[in-house]
Amino acid sequence: MPKLTIDGREVEVEAGTTILQAAEILGIEIPRFCYHERLAIAGNCRMCLVDVEKSPKPVASCAMPVGEGMVVRTDTPQVQKARKGVLEFLLINHPLDCPICDQGGECDLQDEVMAYGFDRGRYAENKRAVKDKEWGPLVKTTMTRCIHCTRCIRFITEVAGVPELGATGRGEHMEVGTYVEKALSSELSGNIIDLCPVGALTSKPYAFTARPWELKKTESIDVFDAVGSNIRVDARANQVMRILPRVNDDVNEEWLGDKSRFACDGLVRQRLDRPYLRTGGKLQPVTWSEAMAAVAAKLKGLSGAKLAAIAGDMADAEAMIALKDLFTALGSPNLDCRQDGAKLGAQPRASYLFNSTIAGIETADALLLIGTNPRREAPVLNARIRKRWQRNGMPIAAVGPKAELTYKVEDLGESAAVLSAIADGSHPFAATLKAAKRPMLILGQGALARVDGDILLGLARKIADATGMVSAEWNGFNVLHTAAARVGGLDLGFLPGTGGRDLEGILAGAEKGEIEVVYLLGADEIDTSRLGKAFVIYQGHHGDAGAHRADVVLPGAAFTEKDGTYVNTEGRVQRTQRAIFPPGEAKDDWKILRALSETLGHGLPYDDLAALRARLAQANPVFGQLDTVQPASWASFGADGVPSAEPLTTPIDNYYMTDPISRASKTMAECTATFVGCAHKRTGTHG
Amino acid sequence: MLRDQDRIFTNLYGLHDWRLKGAQARGDWSGTKDILAKGREWIIEEVKTSGLRGRGGAGFPTGLKWSFMPKEIGSRPHYLVVNADEGEPGTCKDRDIMRYDPHKLVEGCLLAGFAMGAHAAYIYIRGEFIREAENLQVAIDEATAAGLIGKNACGSGWDFDVFLHRGGGAYVCGEETALIQSLEGKKGQPRLKPPFPAGVGLYGAPTTVNNVESIAVAPTILRRGGAWFAGLGRPKNSGTKVFCISGHVERPCNVEEEMGIPLKELIEKHAGGVRGGWNNLLAVIPGGSSVPVLTKDICDTVLMDFDSLRDVRSGLGTAAVIVMDKSTDIVAGIARLAKFYKHESCGQCTPCREGTGWMWRIMERLVTGNASIEEIDMLEEVTRQVEGHTICALGDAAAWPIQGLIRSFRPELERRINEARAKARAA
Repeated sequence: MPKLTIDGREVEVEAGTTILQAAEILGIEIPRFCYHERLAIAGNCRMCLVDVEKSPKPVASCAMPVGEGMVVRTDTPQVQKARKGVLEFLLINHPLDCPICDQGGECDLQDEVMAYGFDRGRYAENKRAVKDKEWGPLVKTTMTRCIHCTRCIRFITEVAGVPELGATGRGEHMEVGTYVEKALSSELSGNIIDLCPVGALTSKPYAFTARPWELKKTESIDVFDAVGSNIRVDARANQVMRILPRVNDDVNEEWLGDKSRFACDGLVRQRLDRPYLRTGGKLQPVTWSEAMAAVAAKLKGLSGAKLAAIAGDMADAEAMIALKDLFTALGSPNLDCRQDGAKLGAQPRASYLFNSTIAGIETADALLLIGTNPRREAPVLNARIRKRWQRNGMPIAAVGPKAELTYKVEDLGESAAVLSAIADGSHPFAATLKAAKRPMLILGQGALARVDGDILLGLARKIADATGMVSAEWNGFNVLHTAAARVGGLDLGFLPGTGGRDLEGILAGAEKGEIEVVYLLGADEIDTSRLGKAFVIYQGHHGDAGAHRADVVLPGAAFTEKDGTYVNTEGRVQRTQRAIFPPGEAKDDWKILRALSETLGHGLPYDDLAALRARLAQANPVFGQLDTVQPASWASFGADGVPSAEPLTTPIDNYYMTDPISRASKTMAECTATFVGCAHKRTGTHG
Repeated sequence: MLRDQDRIFTNLYGLHDWRLKGAQARGDWSGTKDILAKGREWIIEEVKTSGLRGRGGAGFPTGLKWSFMPKEIGSRPHYLVVNADEGEPGTCKDRDIMRYDPHKLVEGCLLAGFAMGAHAAYIYIRGEFIREAENLQVAIDEATAAGLIGKNACGSGWDFDVFLHRGGGAYVCGEETALIQSLEGKKGQPRLKPPFPAGVGLYGAPTTVNNVESIAVAPTILRRGGAWFAGLGRPKNSGTKVFCISGHVERPCNVEEEMGIPLKELIEKHAGGVRGGWNNLLAVIPGGSSVPVLTKDICDTVLMDFDSLRDVRSGLGTAAVIVMDKSTDIVAGIARLAKFYKHESCGQCTPCREGTGWMWRIMERLVTGNASIEEIDMLEEVTRQVEGHTICALGDAAAWPIQGLIRSFRPELERRINEARAKARAA
């Protein structure tokens, strides 16, 4: 390991480390614009120049690997002068429109000007102006502000894997763009807004709505997919203004999918802000006590067998355990948290987790995708697969619909019959998996949410066993969920009890009149037309499919408005934090259930969040350990049999609209129109 | 003065047949197999002995450069890349070499390529050189047909192919790493160094990039011995060099001369002297547009080689001697060069992208005197902010002519400013 001296302090670092990284270890910050630790080194901004002994010219520290005995100075007058010079060059053609720039207050250029800027400009010529680019509904461009660091180009090319950006033109006419005008089609495009060190790329929906210093920042967890990306919710007064990613190398690194980032405008639309009761065929506003009384009146005297509850995809674990406890008290075993009918059970835990962990993808060396399109179901996780593939390639094959996943995939067709062939070793890809040291498979909901899902689950397990995916230190069997609430629901056993009905049974029972009351906890993805004459209680935050069918609406809180526990697809328990209060009379979901239990005469034994969380940990000890992944033990699961000839599908057709919040989002509607195609023909009144 | 028998480029003026027959009659391709038989080490040693320094402008010792290539061929092949993207304003030597003596280059490719363990050479030729590319291709085809290159080149047992690639005409693609990028089909932008091309070059493989002239002189050096070449010129600045003399001289020309020839002798003997006599000389740019301009008093005595010109704070560059007599608007001349560099900056790194435009704009105002005296100092400071802070040398090349102008012609700049002010006051 080379030893070098930076500013008189000695440091020993691994070979291949750059001077800039070595300085960071010593806590010496070197200014930079183009360098980003998760992107390739460009070395073009020249802000990070340092003096290296025996080098006649200052050296770009971001690109220079350390050498034994190197003597580096980062604070000499020459270095200061070089940086001042570079900064002046960056400013001569920068518009300095900070007062009307959305980056103002969180702009790297502003910050560096504080350290290296002159107090006046010496540039007397006309400034350059660059025509703005149209990159779709998410990213707003003000290209005159661009300092040509090429971070956006490198991100879109390397991480997102959708090489749509590049630089055209030379010298001062160089422009970042798509050449032929087009919207950025990556599901990760919003990240270039964070990466842009200046205000050239800003958020289009957030444009001119708030200044960063007005915002209250709350650390939370994303629930738009099952990855559990770490986020920061920025709110002003009682409105979420924007959502940004937080760094968590185990989960989302520092990226965030576009839906998770931009669907937050759906949080103010279509909200259920007061209880409703259907009278005379129409939902009428009522008070909380009237709504509770109506529910109590309906439930009075009904046997538990006639009740059923379905938990939705964004339900927090607290609400689910409260609902489960309530239904257990009411004597009903009819519970299900699998809105899509996925054939997953409660045991063993390894059968429904992403066992290799998301970070573990980087150590895998062969991958089989079954009935999943990770790019749509979990774009951040897909970026991790791409990262692994890009490093030195790995064989990846997919059973399911063809899709552009941003890495090379061998297409094994859409038929599940291939899986039997891989399981018995007669398919050539079985040999590839066997030869790999750390093979893995990702089983999607497209394979599980079908009639023969349990057979496919069993086949996947057989493949895992037959190709050596499971060993003491590696488990390559992975289920990729699409719902943030799903793993939590399975961990809590929010599943049919003994003799209880599953989703299909509940819907069939409701159609036949055997189920008289259905409690929907934010469940909007079920076929509500099959609820028959059942009395439907909808508890949730958006007026979506469930509320439309409901007889009683109990307004709950969205994920930004409550302290909720979610378990991501890996089995990682994480918590959201309240950033704002629920609108109007809406309340925390578990509190609604606690109050309802009292009205029904089955008071739940917890009065505060701490007691409720103790109950969670009691129901399943995993809830006691936050932010970590506990390895799950391996056992036999799934069914034997021959899968049907039906081709495998992916569960998500439109990435931008998958849940009540994103369906209410104007931004997501624009994305849908741009990328998926408008459901309706555009008419003359469209803009 | 160079004796005729020491001349390497015996068909520099195209008076004789440039094809294989003619070239062989002049001695090209003679005993190539025997040279190859002496082995890689011998060739590199001989080139080191000759003291040959790169003819593309930077003057890096060629033999040393070749020796940087890995001794053993690893998992990736070695490549020789010949830089024929001659774009330095004032320079036209490679052009005539390729037009009239292409076999010297092709033979040089084989010898240099063999010395560095390469089985392939790519000649990246400037896009505007249409006839030159045609001639060179003919020469490559002739050599291939005659078995001089290709499989078992010259019967040596070494396979060697030469490929000609035509560039798109960007000046920056003459920078070796930008050239490699362009050759790979990417945008012509210089790469960061390290890694150097000898380690990670074309397609990530060990690569050496040499100027046309450096490669074309190699066969003659190897035939006549490094000591012969080293005996010409001055120590550390040995051999012969093709000078391109242009501008206000009676007979602009390319001429091969001994290194270290006095500038005055070069101009008077080969170019018929300065238009209107030596005393009508205003200034000379001695090495292509990127080196600082020399005033007449320096031109009186300076020798034309790397070290002499460095000592007078200029450079030999490509040895493109641009002569300007007293009718020249020197400020407009340098402003035109500033515009050239502004136009040719690749735009990748900040100081060059922003600085070249700034410098040009100030230069344009200085031409008419529409500036203040302080702005001359500011301009000088801006050139210092660009120089040495960029990825490649284009930033330096843009800064030096302006620095030379300010150093040598500051009174002229001040005169213009004062005149313009006086005129404005009078109006």
